[in-house]
Amino acid sequence: MPKQTFILNGKPVTVNVKDDVRVLWVLRDLLGVTGPKYGCGINVCKACTSHINGKAFNPCSVRVGDLGRRDEVTTIEGLPDTVGQDLHPMQEAWIDRDVPQCGYCQPGQIMAAVALVKKVRREGREISESDLDTIRNICRCGTYTRIREAVVQGARGMG
Amino acid sequence: MTSPDARPQPPAPGPDPAGGVRRRSFLGYVIGGTTLVAAADLTMARPARAAVPSLPQVPELYDLEDLQTDAALPTSQLITIEINDDGTASFALPRMEVGQGITTSTAMIIAEELDLPVDKVRVTLAPARPELVFNQLTGGSNSTVSTYTPIRVASAIARGALLEAAALEMGYAVERLRTKDGVVIGPAGETLGYGDLARLAASPVTEVVDVLLKDPEEFTRIGKPRNRDDARLAVTGQKDFTLDLEVKGALPTMLCRAPTLNGTPKRLRNKKKILRMPGVKQVALVDTGVAVRAKTFGQCIDAIRAMDVVWNGGPVDGESDQTILARLKKAELPLAVPEVPLLAKTVEERFEFMFRSSAALEPNCAIADVREDSAEIWSGLKVPILAQQNIAQALGMSQDQVKVNVVTGGGSFGHKLFSDAAIEAAKVSQAMGKPVKLMWHRADEPRQGRLHPMVTSRIRATVLAGQVLSFEQRNTSVVTDFSHGLGEIITSTIDEAPTEVGKMVGGLGFSQTIFTLTQELGYNFGVVTQLLNETDDRFNTGSMRNIYSPDTRVAAELVVDRLAAEVGLDPLEFRLRHAKSDKVRKALEKVAEEGDWGRRMPQGMAQGIAIHQEYKGATACLVEIDVRPETVNRKIRNAVTGPRVTRATFAVDAGLVINPRGLEAQMMGGFSDGLALTLTSSVHLRDGHFLEASWDNYYYTRQWNIPPRFDCFVLPSEDRLPGGAGEAGVAASAAAVACAYARATGTMPTRFPINHGKVTFKPKSFVPSVPKSPTNGLKFTY
Repeated sequence: MPKQTFILNGKPVTVNVKDDVRVLWVLRDLLGVTGPKYGCGINVCKACTSHINGKAFNPCSVRVGDLGRRDEVTTIEGLPDTVGQDLHPMQEAWIDRDVPQCGYCQPGQIMAAVALVKKVRREGREISESDLDTIRNICRCGTYTRIREAVVQGARGMG
Repeated sequence: MTSPDARPQPPAPGPDPAGGVRRRSFLGYVIGGTTLVAAADLTMARPARAAVPSLPQVPELYDLEDLQTDAALPTSQLITIEINDDGTASFALPRMEVGQGITTSTAMIIAEELDLPVDKVRVTLAPARPELVFNQLTGGSNSTVSTYTPIRVASAIARGALLEAAALEMGYAVERLRTKDGVVIGPAGETLGYGDLARLAASPVTEVVDVLLKDPEEFTRIGKPRNRDDARLAVTGQKDFTLDLEVKGALPTMLCRAPTLNGTPKRLRNKKKILRMPGVKQVALVDTGVAVRAKTFGQCIDAIRAMDVVWNGGPVDGESDQTILARLKKAELPLAVPEVPLLAKTVEERFEFMFRSSAALEPNCAIADVREDSAEIWSGLKVPILAQQNIAQALGMSQDQVKVNVVTGGGSFGHKLFSDAAIEAAKVSQAMGKPVKLMWHRADEPRQGRLHPMVTSRIRATVLAGQVLSFEQRNTSVVTDFSHGLGEIITSTIDEAPTEVGKMVGGLGFSQTIFTLTQELGYNFGVVTQLLNETDDRFNTGSMRNIYSPDTRVAAELVVDRLAAEVGLDPLEFRLRHAKSDKVRKALEKVAEEGDWGRRMPQGMAQGIAIHQEYKGATACLVEIDVRPETVNRKIRNAVTGPRVTRATFAVDAGLVINPRGLEAQMMGGFSDGLALTLTSSVHLRDGHFLEASWDNYYYTRQWNIPPRFDCFVLPSEDRLPGGAGEAGVAASAAAVACAYARATGTMPTRFPINHGKVTFKPKSFVPSVPKSPTNGLKFTY
């Protein structure tokens, strides 16, 4: 069985599993990291959104064999450490706005929001209504309005 | 001290059990034991109901809330609040948290009556408790309606016992003591914490106590906005759902399902090959498909895709939307215009509502560990007692051999009333002789999961000289499955309804009874009748959030707009003139004012307004929609865009509000549901199976559909008791969007959702039954 090594939430991890197992199942079923959720397995619902090397990606659609030993995967569990705080400003905004209902999609929503804010800033802008329209993460409880408000507030918190 | 058997007669019930001008006392118990445990007894506390005038519709006299609340009363004394040594209070809520915020609001109610900080109340979900009979069903937006008073009574009894224990300790009369934030305070300022008193306040034997509840005027916690108790867990990924639980040996398990609806497996041709696949441990045939247990879910998906299964056909093989619609049409009852003057004008419309999926984002899932002589289950279950019965039956065990744990759910929307996944997991675990963590693939949900049935709604109204003389509405629906327990509640509780109501619903089936107990037109339109007729029980249906109301209301409000035009009145003015209740009128006035009703809009944009009355409350919604081609055809990658609601204003009178912040959240979510029901979300039946297989073709509301502006107003209510909230936001929203669309396009839409019929996606394969997970995820990083 091939050994798969990558960096997870700041620490190197190694698992014995075939190359073609998707990263989501390596995280959830083999490493017990359950923040990223399953909602479709085909990169549509975005409930598993996490970061690879600081950018948003969906581990349900990436083979573990495609990760290199220097690739840094960050899940919701590791997000606060990226800013050296107990909570990331986006999580603070989420709590302040009382965004979650059932909460199932929220780790993915927050990871997507952080990446989106960084992306628009790389493009030299602040987040706009049409940027918010492009967020693909499904919230079946329908708390979309509070998500929009929290993304804008969290962006302010990100400085 | 008296034993519960020799209890004194309770005081005469008054019409206002929450207190108010004439406060009444309630009975309950301090349960015998070593620490303080208190319970309410509302078995004799049925409130007197008003006499019945001739014209109101049934829900105005006795609705589904009354029925469910009556059903829960006889067992209210089995629900107890415990005070712990550390000064906290514990309560195992016999309802399920699925995102509606009831653990938070319940903690607020307990904290209020106990005088304890809210964060010192620990609310957990009770496992299946058969002795609760009808008092452990989460549905009908009834959780807080039915538990509010019993929980308050139990809390007040606990507070009373703490005060008495403190009085003994401090050497004062109880009257000289007061409580504040979890401590008892004596006249000289001396204090004793609830934790110190918990054991002292315990009673060796069960005692009957009567208490007065706090005057609502003194509430300091109830009615104040409060964030959810589980928000931090949710946003840090620490909130555990069923699939996140670790149960020893419970490996990932999935099923290969039939290519047509409810088909069954005959045999697996390549079992040996499947067992040799990486990670695969076991396979087993059960009635719903071929199960595979593996090291990871990804390996289950690979195994399912490789399975060569011989299938038996399903009960709807060959059927499609058109054949089912034709069947409904045949079952439609004739409209019978009541006797109206010859010159009256008749307005008549017929609407069709397609099948819709009630699936949550968390797919159907359950963990089952079935042994030789016992079984333990973990799942999100809204009716755990029935799940326990069904699982025991499926396993050939007695009910007490099956332990059923209730886990917080990742959404429900009616989906988790049924225990489909839990029963399936138990069967698979038994067949394999191993613990399993069973998950449905997303593709299984719209294709084989519970749906809102297809419905037609016909309306005939008559108008003469500016007056609406009659309004008849006849819904004809594919059968809604009520085998989740609500049906049984009706059978055993309908006798509690006023005699007149009993006569009106006597002889009706479950569905018709629930329809009759929930549907209320809310307008003075002369002779009003709303009826349901059903046909065809071959589908996996269920009571999707707000059950019958969104469809019924969409049809009714579109006709109301037509009637307004008929008599030459503005839609708002017409509604205000005909609204039956002040609650509705106030809600209408609020949205009209805050949402700028009547403001000028460009061609291709319009406002729509609608109401709904249910769950002891009233709602109104005003939306603005943009149907201009540049908006409808806006491009977002792989997105169904279409008409855009650009603004929504919502008002709700939900009776006494425990947590306004949670109530607003429910209205916001209900709005998202209503928007999807009217514009985008449905499943297409073609040749015996549903085409939709995931969120990329089942179009639930997404960010690109949501109005950039949504305002919710919680109205001050005259009511001293809470109404229902979880489903209250859907119907008026769906209807307002439909009315706005009709006004913006100048055409009356008659099929919902409006985009149904054009299949714009390539259906995913039926064999294999699940799609392959992509491997190109790194191309889409951002």
